[in-house]
Amino acid sequence: MPKEYKTPKLDELEKGPWPSFVKEIKLAAKKSEMSNDLLGQLEQSYNEKLGHWKHGGIVGVMGYGGGVIGRYSDLPDKYPSVSHFHTIRVNQPSGWFYTSDALRTICDIWEKHGSGLTNMHGSTGDMVFLGTTTDHLEPVFKDLTEAGWDLGGSGSDMRTPSCCVGPGRCEWACYDTLQRCYDITMRYQDELHRPAFPYKWKFKFAGCPNDCVASIARADISVIGTWKDDIRVDADQVKTYADEGLDIFNDVVLNCPAKCMRYDGEKKEISIDNKDCRRCMHCINVMPKALRPGVEQGATILIGAKAPIVEGALLSSVLIPFLDIDDEEEFEAFCDLIEEMQDVWCEEGKNRERVGEFIQRVGMGNFLEAVGVEPIPEMVAYPRDNPYVFYEDFYEDEDE
Amino acid sequence: MASFEYNGKAVDVDEDGFIEDPSVWNEELAKALAEIEGVTEMSDDHWKIVHYLRDYYKQFGIAPMVRKLCKETDTPLKRIYELYPSGPAKGACKVAGLPKPTGCV
Repeated sequence: MPKEYKTPKLDELEKGPWPSFVKEIKLAAKKSEMSNDLLGQLEQSYNEKLGHWKHGGIVGVMGYGGGVIGRYSDLPDKYPSVSHFHTIRVNQPSGWFYTSDALRTICDIWEKHGSGLTNMHGSTGDMVFLGTTTDHLEPVFKDLTEAGWDLGGSGSDMRTPSCCVGPGRCEWACYDTLQRCYDITMRYQDELHRPAFPYKWKFKFAGCPNDCVASIARADISVIGTWKDDIRVDADQVKTYADEGLDIFNDVVLNCPAKCMRYDGEKKEISIDNKDCRRCMHCINVMPKALRPGVEQGATILIGAKAPIVEGALLSSVLIPFLDIDDEEEFEAFCDLIEEMQDVWCEEGKNRERVGEFIQRVGMGNFLEAVGVEPIPEMVAYPRDNPYVFYEDFYEDEDE
Repeated sequence: MASFEYNGKAVDVDEDGFIEDPSVWNEELAKALAEIEGVTEMSDDHWKIVHYLRDYYKQFGIAPMVRKLCKETDTPLKRIYELYPSGPAKGACKVAGLPKPTGCV
């Protein structure tokens, strides 16, 4: 007979119209003693304002150094079913496209070997399977790989690359995010499964500057779709928006951060000074039928974002302003540059130093020189605010 | 606390099977630990890794970074996984009797 926990604090989180993880854990607890003990331990944690998971353990499967995160309760006698509660990261398909059959298969595998609880998806992008025991790791790995799945990254390795839905569902995709995310995943399998970096390394692929995967805030390498030429304007559609009551002047033109738009209210015509456009996507998002990205499309490569763990948060900044990443040759050049940067970072980086922190420590100028990229004015942390200026020639003259 | 038995002796280990007291390490124990990490026979190449890890740990009090391990022992990462299928951290460090490396999720 399973124990029944009174969970008044957790119950509060079931109230309201929105989804609730408590509701889900309770559902799972009907089938799984592990999920039931999870409720008990979590309620106790809420009461004591104290977590009851020990600092991460080292568990894994043969042949891989990542993909499984060891988790142990520090109250194993009280909650024996969560004494082991390991997390498994499973590599998601590009853009999170599944068949319902695929979802049923992985859920069946997880009910057989774990708590049945999943996190679809973690902020890493992977499917996260929550809660299993050490003796189930090899069997669940076997079942997953036989069904065509693989583990994702964890620890100091290349984390599972992730991308937005891209051209699969979205008209703004400026390159094939799905394809490039898959290509990088397959090309760097060793780096994904066998941690050997100073710390984690993340790729995120966003098809346009809306950046639906938040790559600029989280990825060491953010690949964000952009265009070189002018925003395409459908003048008839602009008039239709105006006739239907859209306040183009206030809601579009005045919200343009570059102030590069003009609106003629009498003629109902929009004009854009494209050379000042910051690719913020606001006008396109408000008037999707009237405005579209230009036709010369590609991606901007940015480097160095991270969430605050060891040091504070960083946003990515521009490394390569424009790359036709759909082109095979330019993609190869992109991969060469990635490998060059990883070499420099692996050689000189400190333990648990992200590449963004590494660049801050050694200086962007030294980093660029080491990886063989010429500094250019687009490489700025805050556009139109703090251009990097390299006085190298000046200093050399002075020194002599 | 869990314990690990080999040749009629027992040592304390943590929940991941790392020995708690590095000073009780010996080669006989290493062989027994290797077995549970999927190593059937400890070859010279296996010992080279173990000795390097122990020397480094004695000197610096921590495990070396993986890249350093590969470089200094002239062993590519692929080869390390052939020798220790559960990898340098979970496999080789455990066999070498180092305290559990503190990883990151």
